[in-house]
Amino acid sequence: MSDTQIRDLIAEAIKENEVILFMKGTPDQPACGFSMRTVGMLQSLDVPFAAVDILPDPRIRQELSALSNWPTIPQLFHNGELIGGCDIVTEMYESGELATTLGVETPADAPAEAPTGDPAQAAPMSIENRLG
Amino acid sequence: MPSADDVKNRIEAAIPGAEAEVQTPDEVHFSARVRASAFDGLSRVQQHRLVMDIFTGELGGSIHALELKTEAT
Repeated sequence: MSDTQIRDLIAEAIKENEVILFMKGTPDQPACGFSMRTVGMLQSLDVPFAAVDILPDPRIRQELSALSNWPTIPQLFHNGELIGGCDIVTEMYESGELATTLGVETPADAPAEAPTGDPAQAAPMSIENRLG
Repeated sequence: MPSADDVKNRIEAAIPGAEAEVQTPDEVHFSARVRASAFDGLSRVQQHRLVMDIFTGELGGSIHALELKTEAT
């Protein structure tokens, strides 16, 4: 696949998904704390979102950043517009603006502060304690 | 490795009227709060771009992460 094809696919994905997150890893297994935090905020607002892992091919990130003029990952888009990276999403989450922008009600049980994305919570495996 | 002061000075030199507070635990991960009149009327995305553009090519490299909070004055 050429770089142009990759860029076209990214542009198409941004256009076709109301909320789309480009991240390192997957929502189930985020590979970076900033991606994990952003996923955590979307999940605590119960927002359905598409997620694209940028790690499998370095050209995904290269073409995404060229398209969005935004150097870092994660990147959250809504209705084709870049909302921002983890810092902006965090600020908007805490002010309630994120829910408003995404057109959802903040669930009553959503934490007021952005979930910190403690890596321990997202660890896919637990280590068996053989010392007891 | 850039120090917190290096990052602060570069932000303040690049954005007229900016005041930056920069912290770093390890000179690789940075956290900056930037206030500037130049941010007036810009979206958060545009404000962040102004700051990140200063470190083009360094983000993800010598500056592993730059946590940003921007505010128009």
